[in-house]
Parts: sequence; C-alpha cells; structure tokens
Amino acid sequence: MNTENLPGLYLHIPFCRSKCAYCGFYSRTDISRIPDFLKGLRAEMALYRKAFPRFDTVYLGGGTPSVLETPHLEAVLDTVRRHFVIADGAEITVEINPGDLTAEALRTLRALGVNRLTLGCQSFDDAVLAFLGRRHTAGQGRDAILAARAAGFDHLGLDLIYGLPAPGGDPGATFRGWLTTLRTALSFQPEHLSCYQLTLEADTPLAATLALSPLSLPDDDLSARYFLTTSERLEAAGYRHYEVSNFARDDDHRARHNRKYWDHTPYLGLGPAAHSFDGARRWWNPRDLDAWVGALREGVRPIAGEETLTRDQQRLEALFLGLRTREGIDIRAFRRRYGLDLRAERGNEIGQLAAAGLVRSDGGRVSPTRRGLACADFLARFLS
Amino acid sequence: MNHIRNFSIIAHIDHGKSTLADRLIQITGVVDARNFQDQILDNMDIERERGITIKSQAIALPYRAADGRDYTLNLIDTPGHVDFTYEVSRSLASCEGVLLLVDAAQGVQAQTLANLYLALENDLAIIPVINKIDLPSADIERVKEQIDAELGLDPETAILCSAKEGTGIEEILEAVVRQIPPPVGDPEAPLAALIFDAKYDAFRGTVIHCRLFAGTLKAGDVIRFHYNDATYRVEEVGRFRLQREKADALRAGEVGYIIAGVKTVSDVRTGDTITHESRPCAAPLPGFKEIKPVVFASIYPIASDDYEDLAVSLEKYKLNDGSFVYEKDSSAALGQGFRCGFLGLLHLDVVQERLEREYDLSIILSVPSVRYHFILKDGASAWVDNPMHYPDPVSVVKSEEPYIRAAMMLPDRYLGAVMKLCMEKRGVNSQMNYLSPGRVELTYEMPLSDVIYDFYDRFKSVTQGYGSFDYDLIDYRESNLVLLDILVNGEKVDALSQIVHRDRARARGVQACDRLKDEIPRQMFKIAIQGAIGGEIVSRSTISAFRKDVTAKCYGGDITRKRKLLEKQKKGKKRMKMIGNVSIPQSAFLAVLKSDTD
Ligand SMILES: Nc1nc2c(ncn2[C@@H]2O[C@H](COP(=O)(O)OP(=O)(O)OP(=O)(O)O)[C@@H](O)[C@H]2O)c(=O)[nH]1
Ligand code: SF4
Ligand SMILES: [Mg+2]
Repeated sequence: MNTENLPGLYLHIPFCRSKCAYCGFYSRTDISRIPDFLKGLRAEMALYRKAFPRFDTVYLGGGTPSVLETPHLEAVLDTVRRHFVIADGAEITVEINPGDLTAEALRTLRALGVNRLTLGCQSFDDAVLAFLGRRHTAGQGRDAILAARAAGFDHLGLDLIYGLPAPGGDPGATFRGWLTTLRTALSFQPEHLSCYQLTLEADTPLAATLALSPLSLPDDDLSARYFLTTSERLEAAGYRHYEVSNFARDDDHRARHNRKYWDHTPYLGLGPAAHSFDGARRWWNPRDLDAWVGALREGVRPIAGEETLTRDQQRLEALFLGLRTREGIDIRAFRRRYGLDLRAERGNEIGQLAAAGLVRSDGGRVSPTRRGLACADFLARFLS
Repeated sequence: MNHIRNFSIIAHIDHGKSTLADRLIQITGVVDARNFQDQILDNMDIERERGITIKSQAIALPYRAADGRDYTLNLIDTPGHVDFTYEVSRSLASCEGVLLLVDAAQGVQAQTLANLYLALENDLAIIPVINKIDLPSADIERVKEQIDAELGLDPETAILCSAKEGTGIEEILEAVVRQIPPPVGDPEAPLAALIFDAKYDAFRGTVIHCRLFAGTLKAGDVIRFHYNDATYRVEEVGRFRLQREKADALRAGEVGYIIAGVKTVSDVRTGDTITHESRPCAAPLPGFKEIKPVVFASIYPIASDDYEDLAVSLEKYKLNDGSFVYEKDSSAALGQGFRCGFLGLLHLDVVQERLEREYDLSIILSVPSVRYHFILKDGASAWVDNPMHYPDPVSVVKSEEPYIRAAMMLPDRYLGAVMKLCMEKRGVNSQMNYLSPGRVELTYEMPLSDVIYDFYDRFKSVTQGYGSFDYDLIDYRESNLVLLDILVNGEKVDALSQIVHRDRARARGVQACDRLKDEIPRQMFKIAIQGAIGGEIVSRSTISAFRKDVTAKCYGGDITRKRKLLEKQKKGKKRMKMIGNVSIPQSAFLAVLKSDTD
C-alpha cells in the first residue's frame, strides 16, 4: 500500500457517562459541555489543516466517542473530511462502549465510512465489570458485539482487562475467570483483541481502594502467567500476538493507526490531552477542557508542552517501541534511520538475551520471543 | 592577641553543639536573619540530611564583651559521633579552651567522657554547659551530680543553657572571654603554623586551614612545608567567616586559611608545620597522633575506565579527611581499586557518600573487615585486613583477632537486653558500675569484628536510644578463623568474602545468602548464591528469573513518559556492577554485613 506512511489523525473525545474506577485517561462526565468541545475541535482542525493535509488513518478515542449523539458523530466525521484529505482505503476507527449506541446509530457510523470498531467490553464477568466500575454488564457487551456485526462491521476489536486483585483471596479463581472471558471473546471471532494488564494509575478510585485494602495486584510470577497463557491461548486460536497487548486474526487486521505510534510515523492528535508528533517534535494539548477551549477561542494552538527529540532520544524510543512488537527491529533499517549498528554495538547483549530465550536474532532482525514480549521493558533497558 | 579566644564546642552526639553554635553566630550578628538556617555550620548536604556534624567547622565571631572591649572569638563546632573523634582532636590542637555540653535530659554519656579526656590531654580550659534545660525531661540537679562525680568538674561553674530557646548565650560568651586564656605566641618570632585541615578548590588549588603558633603570615610570603620542604608563594590569607574572608595578615594565635596555588595535593598533610622559607622556625610543631583505622574495605570504580578518576579524587578527598587512608588494591571480580581504612562503619558510609557526591563517582565497596593477625608455620607473622589475602589455611599456626573494650552507659532497665546482645557478640569479662541510681556503666571485651557487624544499630535499638557507646582497641586474642566465600552462579566474588569465627561461619553464610537474595534484583536467568568455606558449600539461596516487566499500554503520551523513565534507569544502570553476567547493585556489598533484625 502506498498510503502506508501518511500521518494518522487522532481525535480525543473527553467525555464519559461515568468514570471507571481504574481510569487514568482525561475525560469528564459533564456532557453538557459537548457543544463547546465540538466547536473547539472544528477550530483546532482549521489550525492544523495546512501542516497535516492528508491522513490514512483516523481514530476516535477518548473518553468515549460513543457518548456523542449520532448527529454529533456525523458532524465530527464530516468536519474531518472537510478539513483534511482522508486517503482511499483509510482505516477509520471508533471506540465504542457497550450500552451506548443503538443498532441504528451503528449503521449510521458504517454509512459514514467508519470501517473499524473497538468495543470496550473489558470482561464478560459481571462481578469484574462491577469491580472495575464499568457501567455496562457482560450481557450488554455481548449485545454490542452482535449489533456491530449486524450493522456490517467486519473489523471488530475487543478491549479486555486482566490481572485483577482476587477478592476472595483466591487468585486461581480470578485467573480461571479471565480464561472464561477470553473464551467468550473468542466465540465472537473478533478480528482484533487488545488484552491489557490492569495497571494502577495514580489518583484513581481503584488506587485509593487498594491502598486501604489487603487486596493486591498479581505479583511478577502471576502476571507472567496471565501474559503467557493469554498469548498461548490466543495464538492457538489463530491470532497473532503482534504487540505486547495486541492480537490480530491476521496481518491485515493489525491496528494500522496504533502502529504509527510505534514506528515514528507522524500523527496529529486533536482534543484535550491529545499528543502529536511530526517526525521530530512532539507536543501535547492541556489535560483540561477549559484551557483547551480557551486557547482555541483566541485562535491559538492549544499546546501545553512540547519536546524535540534528539537523535539519541529517537533511537531510544525506536528501540523500546520496536521491542514491544513481535516483528522486533530490522537491524539494517535501524542503523540507517537511527545510526546505531545493533549487531556491532550490542552483539554481546543480544547474544545473552537470545541465550536466555528472550529474543531471536536471525534474518537481520532482533525479535522478542513470547517470553521476551513479557519483559519488553527490560529488553529495552538491557540494549539501550 | 589578648582579644582572641580560640575554643571548640565538644559533646556527645546530638547534645546540641551545632545549635549552640547557631545562637553564638546569631547573637554576634555574623549572619543576617535572611541568610540564617538551623545548624548553619553543618553545610555539607550529607550533614544536613543526616542531622549530624561530620566535619569540624571554624568561624570567627566579633564580640564586644561586658568589659567594653572587642574580642575575636574563634569557634570550632565539632562532631559528636565516635567515628569522627579525630576531627575533634585536631580541632582541639588549635584551641585554648572548650565548651563541654551535656544534654540536661540525657546527662553525661560515653562521648562526653571521651571528649573531656581529649580536652584534658590538651590542657584546655573547660567550661561545662548544661544544654536543653527547656526540655520537660531536663533534670539539672542530676546532671550537676554527674558533672561532679563522673567528670570531676565543679558543677557550680556549669552554665545553664537552652540553645534552642537562646537562654544562657550571653553568659557563655562572657565565660569564654573570662575563663579561656588568650593564645600565647610571638608574632615577631619565626613562623610556625599547624595544618589542621585542608580542602581542594578547583579554582584556587588547595586551601590550607591552619593555626599560627608563632610569627606573622601575609600574601607574597614564601612558605615551606616541613614535611617535604616544598615551597610556595602565598597568594592569599584570611579568616573563616561563613565564607572565607581575605585578611592582610594572620598572626600568632590566630586561626585562618592560606591559599598558595598548591596544586600538588600530596604536599599538604594535616599535622605538618608551615614556616617561612627565609626565616624558618627551629623545630616543627608536635602535630597529631597517628590515627589507626579499624575497619577496612576496598573501593572500586563501577566502570573500570574511571579508575584514574577515582585515584585523583581519593587524593583530593583525603586532604579534607585526615582519618582516611588508602593504598592500591585489585580484585579478580572487580578489577583495579584501592584498599581503604576507616574509623568505623559510619565513617565508611560517609566516605562512600562524599566521594559519590563531591566527586561524582560511582563506586563499589567490598565487604568491610577488621585487621587480623596470623602466625605462619615458617614463623612469619602476617597482618591481613583483606579477605583476598587470607593465608593458606594449612600454613596457619595461630590466628588472632582484635578485641576492644566497649564502654556503655545506659539506664539499668536495659541491662538485661544489652548483656544478652554483648554475649551474642562474644563479649567477655563484663564489668558493671552504678554511676547513680538507675544508671550503669557497663564494659565488655569484645571482638571488634562482631562490633562492626551490626552491633551499633542493635545497641541503639535495644536501649531505645538511651544508651551510649564508646570503645578502645585493647589487644589481639587467639581465635579460630575461617574464610567465608560467596559464589554467584558458581563464580567466587572475592569482594564479598569475609573472615569469620568458625563458630559463626555457617550462620553468617546463611545470612549473607539471604541478604544478597534481597539485594540483587531478579534478572533474566536464575541466579544461585552460595556461601562456601574451603570447598564446602554451607549455605545457598536462589533468585529466580524475572518473568514480567513491561507496561501494558504505549500510545501517544505514554511514549514520552516511557522514554524519560528509560533515560533515568539508564543512569541507574551505572550503579550496578557486572560480575560475570550478573549485575550486582552497590548496596549488596554492604548489606552482607547487616543481619535481618534491622
Ligand atoms: N529542646 C531542645 N532541643 C535542642 C536544644 N539544642 C539542640 N536541640 C536539638 O537537639 C538535636 C541535635 O542538635 P545538634 O545541634 O545538631 O546536635 P550536635 O551536638 O551538633 O550533634 P552532632 O553534631 O551530630 O554531634 C536537634 O534536633 C536540635 O534541635 C535545646 O536547647 N533544647
Ligand atoms: S469509559 Fe474508558 S475513558 Fe471513560 S472512564 Fe471508563 S475507562 Fe476511562
Ligand atoms: Mg553538630
């Protein structure tokens, strides 16, 4: 595909009907501010249309894009197309929360050119969903999947969370519960799965709860068991574990938008808290709707901070991002782009990692094995 | 010279020396309120963080006394901890008197006595000061009795003071003026200046701290070091205020500094005498007693490339720490380094930290050891303070280890616990002596090696901080010693070896393996740690490989955050020493000496 290297467009919809217990994303629940936000979004697009004229992926995330009413979603996508050229065959993804959208709304999205949905099912166990503070049930999760299929979506991704504390003091039961959720997810034959280990974000209700309770997150060994078993089960079911937390039914169903984050392709992020990258400079918007709206009212780009990556920093990022993917790092391409010959400079370290069964290094690549992916952060530290 | 008074503040640790110095500094107006901070003389970061004085610090205070005359009071604040006694003794060489502080609640403690003896040896005027009288638990009458009975001083001359609240400060200043004699010495005589400290300054070369006993010194003079006859032209002389303050001249009786473009660090030795090249003094000043280190450990750079850097830094560091000694050393596991002697474990800790902070070095310290004595079959005698040089066991006829006499003062309610601890540390020949109702002095003879092995921390904890402790080396006694080696993945790490008493060897081996298991982070493969005596494995532990080390999400903003974390961790990586393919953190080497109780 010749469109492969166009930038990606990310729109951050900073609203949710209620806040989940573990969530560290920037989103708010006062949906009365949606009109302000939409106005700001239009203004922000206008400020960037010259710098970023064309995209081949569009991603509506958040927050919860699905809190927007259908006309609003229509308006957003319409504005996108009016400001930017969206390449033919572009991947257009919207994150949906179960329980938010009607079958009819889904059909509209489909008609608007949205060709990929990710559904935030998280679990198919009501107790787990309640613990996480999700507002939907397992049943609503199932219904959402069926509705999306019925609306004609043939590229469906499910988001799932594992590694919860064991409330009854029985980590084995929690673990088995996760495998049940996985089986349920597989029964819908999604094209894509994102399985995230639960992480404690500072200043979240979950962090506060756990600080006061005897419950704790899985230790290193149990986390590894979750990670490796998930990988084994999904690969046995025909999925490819192509990134630390991501699985695709085949190579064509890998998330094209996310991949841009991982290989230093430019992307533009619009909306509060969104990050952008132009190949060397990265900048980010304020994590604050009012500040963001305020700047746009004055006609300036709402930038809260920025950094220009030095070559060393680019190299370090490329290293750790590359090592988070199963493909790993192409040694020649890496040397050409980042000026470091891994084979010459890190040959000994790569040898040690290979001997420990954490990477494979043949065919001109260094690629993490399954066990290697489970400690990708270490691989990066070791090779940096 | 009649207007000069040179005095030190001495006391047991924490009895309030630096706080009293604060009040004296404030009342004489040397620092304005804006620039003032508590314990202002404790100006090293490490002193402020730990809340203790490590270096003696001199400062000149202008004071108009009740007699209407102006005086210059040269005050030296000294450290209280046993490990820094050498600082105190050097300070006293430039004084005619001391303020001996006693905490009104704690009373006389082991270092009160030790420091009193130092002052007596130097024939100094002693002004007892009872500090912290503001404390609800202050017991002035009892402390007066102790001053009488235990210190042999007249309790009626003791000044009551609260350094915290500022009571008694005027009275102290007047007593300094009236009771401490002015320095004697002829400013017209040939120059005799005693070097009592020095500090390397990147711009000015070595800054020499000295006390003039005779003569006068000014910029432009050519001076000579008695020790090696090196000569230099003086660029600047001055006195200590909070910063250095340039002066026209220093005269007999004064304390001050000399800058003479001394770049050859080794020319300057504390205790040496400086005189004029053209008109030398007849004989050098007495100097200081040679200090004998009691704890030894090797220092290695974490990156072997930094060896030269380390060598230069140690030389400069030594200028400012007269009690630190070192020589070249090398280890199979850790490469080129230096064998160093320290006055105790706190001293060792401080040296390590100051080297890292002041010289930006990353270093590893081997497991500390005392100095052992061996008589060999061929009649030779060997002194060994480095387990790497442990003699071949078959050639040893007799082995000996150093013993100390520990002097402890404590409320008698802790007696049982302390005695139990001392027995556990192989203490013998105990003596007990009631100092006053409820308060005992306890002495034990103990092997020094057991004292450096976590004794001090445990003593403080069993006496809940109410006990004090001091010790003297007494002699060497026969002992049954063995060498305990540590193997990491089958490879001996010589820097982790210890010389231990045979009866303790197994237990120490178990403890070392446990501690290392806690200190060494999981790595990509399993690590086996073993303790071995001779060829026999006496203990083992295993560190399993880590299995999960990855953050779940890495999109947009996560990338910057993740990169910053990696950049930080890359720096941390430098603090790990690679031994074979295992990275061992700096902390592991000292941890081996700690037991699980703390
Ligand atoms: N209540 C009370 N506390 C005091 C007084 N003088 C000092 N302190 C406190 O005692 C503690 C130790 O004071 P320092 O002045 O650092 O003691 P030091 O003798 O210099 O200690 P080292 O230098 O480590 O030997 C600090 O917490 C002071 O605030 C006093 O008169 N009254
Ligand atoms: S729906 Fe998503 S963005 Fe909203 S609170 Fe829950 S986890 Fe956070
Ligand atoms: Mg002090």
